[in-house]
Amino acid sequence: MAEPDVADFTPLTAGAEKQELSRPSLSYWQDAWIRLKANRRALTSLYIVIALLLFTVLGPWLWQVDPGLQDLDQISQPPGTDRRAVIVEDYQPWYGESGLTDVNGLHLARPATTQAVRLKWDVLPGASGHRVYRNLFPIGPELAFGVPLAEIYDNDTLYFEDRLDLRPGIYYYSVVALDPDGQIIDSFETIEVQVQRVTTREEAVQRGLIASDSELGIGDRILLDLHPLGTDYLGRDMLARLMAGARVSLFIGIGAPLLFVLFGMAYGSMAGFLGGRVDSAMMRFADFVVALPFLLFMILFKIAFGIGPGESGVFPMLVALVLLMWPATARLVRGQILQFREQGYIAASRLLGARTVYLVLRHMIPNTLGVVLVTLTFAIPSAIFTEAFLSFIGMGVAPPTPSWGSMSNEGIKTMLTHPHELVFPALFISVTVLAFNLLGDGLRDALDARMRNQE
Amino acid sequence: MWLYILKRLVQGVITVWFIATATFFAMHNVPGDPLLNDRAVTESIRANLEAKYGLDQPLARQYLIYLGNLARGDFGISFTQENREVNDIIRHHFPVSAILGVLAVVFAAVGGVLWGALTSLYRNRLPDYVIMFLVILGISVPSFVIAALSQLALVNLNSLVGHTVLPVAGWGTLSHMLVPALVLGLGTMAYLTRLMRSSMLEVIGSDYVRTAKAKGLPATRIFARHQLRNAILPVITVLGPAIAAITTGGFVVELVFAIPGLGRFFVEAVQQLDYTVIMGTTVFYGAFLVFMVIVVDVLYGIVDPRVRLE
Repeated sequence: MAEPDVADFTPLTAGAEKQELSRPSLSYWQDAWIRLKANRRALTSLYIVIALLLFTVLGPWLWQVDPGLQDLDQISQPPGTDRRAVIVEDYQPWYGESGLTDVNGLHLARPATTQAVRLKWDVLPGASGHRVYRNLFPIGPELAFGVPLAEIYDNDTLYFEDRLDLRPGIYYYSVVALDPDGQIIDSFETIEVQVQRVTTREEAVQRGLIASDSELGIGDRILLDLHPLGTDYLGRDMLARLMAGARVSLFIGIGAPLLFVLFGMAYGSMAGFLGGRVDSAMMRFADFVVALPFLLFMILFKIAFGIGPGESGVFPMLVALVLLMWPATARLVRGQILQFREQGYIAASRLLGARTVYLVLRHMIPNTLGVVLVTLTFAIPSAIFTEAFLSFIGMGVAPPTPSWGSMSNEGIKTMLTHPHELVFPALFISVTVLAFNLLGDGLRDALDARMRNQE
Repeated sequence: MWLYILKRLVQGVITVWFIATATFFAMHNVPGDPLLNDRAVTESIRANLEAKYGLDQPLARQYLIYLGNLARGDFGISFTQENREVNDIIRHHFPVSAILGVLAVVFAAVGGVLWGALTSLYRNRLPDYVIMFLVILGISVPSFVIAALSQLALVNLNSLVGHTVLPVAGWGTLSHMLVPALVLGLGTMAYLTRLMRSSMLEVIGSDYVRTAKAKGLPATRIFARHQLRNAILPVITVLGPAIAAITTGGFVVELVFAIPGLGRFFVEAVQQLDYTVIMGTTVFYGAFLVFMVIVVDVLYGIVDPRVRLE
């Protein structure tokens, strides 16, 4: 700027050039929003969070499958399973008769279906009895026959009917010869059996797969219920359960932080504004609560509140989270309030006659909102983690209420054979936590200049 | 400094008293009856049992007895495993959890500092991206998934090599501890890496580092003496809460890897409503954590001479 001269101190005329703002004035929140929009990672996370909320709220409305309904035809099915089934006659008992007469050795008396697999065989050399095995894999040189299904100690009964938990797919049946003592001798036969999925007409009508006046009869193909993400170990639809679980997980994950942040704000601003001995007493109490071992007390409070029969246990968990997690926000807000209290605009407002409540509500709390919003965003993933963690060790929501944590707990038991039961809930937890964390980073960069990340 | 430590210790004792009180009243509110089990209990047996556990006394008196016992370090007798003292359970199973926790903290701290320093040195280059991607995974994947997957990986590794390189589950030797400790420390390691990275970036841009460079100090000396030592301070601050998170977070890892730690006993005790074990374990853990936080705070004052312990 040039040195001021006399001309600078003469009054302006009406036609003089006015000072103009070259850019529109932006409020704090508008400015923050522009900065957030420029952050591609945070924006993507925001979209993911919105999508998750839509999935939770609109999902059950679009995909109206009861998450508790068991589809016993499709248990632990991965997504994209073949859903075709053939209608067959009702089950009739079988006493070993066979339509085929010219076949020797181990054979099927009838095409294998999920209703029954009927095996017939001839007496094996040296056998005084037989044992029937079923295996999911071909019999290798180590002669692992699989699950023994039946033992027959004479050579008169040369047939066996398997109705045990049959699933569509390939099974390997073996018949092994037994000596008079019931010990295996080195003589066996194996066949590979392709089991076809069938259902009876009555069952199909009962499950609502076909109408009761439908033309379809024996031998016709029908489609079983669709499960886009497969089913769990009780035949419940994964997609519907993930949606119902999202309600529980996000309700706890968002509801609890919202409540304890509000409480922490009230507590912290009160302590900060009252100051003095009240402040130190209040903050000392907050320090005590921080010192409580978090997970132990989560569990302790949860059992102290108790879960009655038929209750889901969502509410006790919410209360326990709120009781234990408020001090961090309270400390933060108190620190901010202490800072603001000494600032000029507060003194000015007080001079104009503003009362304490007005000062706190109008000037101080709105000024802390940015920091509080960031805290809230980071509190959500940790609450979701806590819920998942507790449900995983069986201390969370009570079955049959689904939550992502309890679904992971169930899925981990069948991780090797049916990985989808673990993968989907774990994926939802991870994506949600990740999205909220990245969004929190973005919000912190956008809202809080001092805490801005060095990227 | 000694005065500071004394003051912190007195505060710590008051905190432990608060924890004990909260535990006592929380447990007192638990619905259910600890003496109600399958066996038929007559009136007189019940009265005897109540007298044994002091349950026939008024609540205020029970509380005083409980505090008195605590002061003498006596946590009482287990409700479900008769003739077993809670002290006994803690003595047997806490060392397991402690070793696991200490190993995990060491993994987390050393790993976090190293990776964090590395990412800041290779800022916006390939190592930075790779490590930060892993960090994001570590933060957002739940520990039970990582535990299960690492177990699966161990099974495959062992069957590939043909003999047991590292055991899949159980407890006993150092080889049992490595993988569970790593899994337990992973979340904290990821968190510390992030913290270390941003703190390191701040230090790299600071005046004293520029001065050191201008004086012609070798890069390794600047890194070790000027950057690392200053950048490590925020990491030490959060180490106290991190230790707390790791020791109590051990439940899942102990469950998945079948480790006989105190966390597993706590979960079992809760399922069986074993009052004395629950209260004893909680108070014990609480006291341990309070003590650890004090130790970390004192250490902080020693590492950073700028911090006055008052």
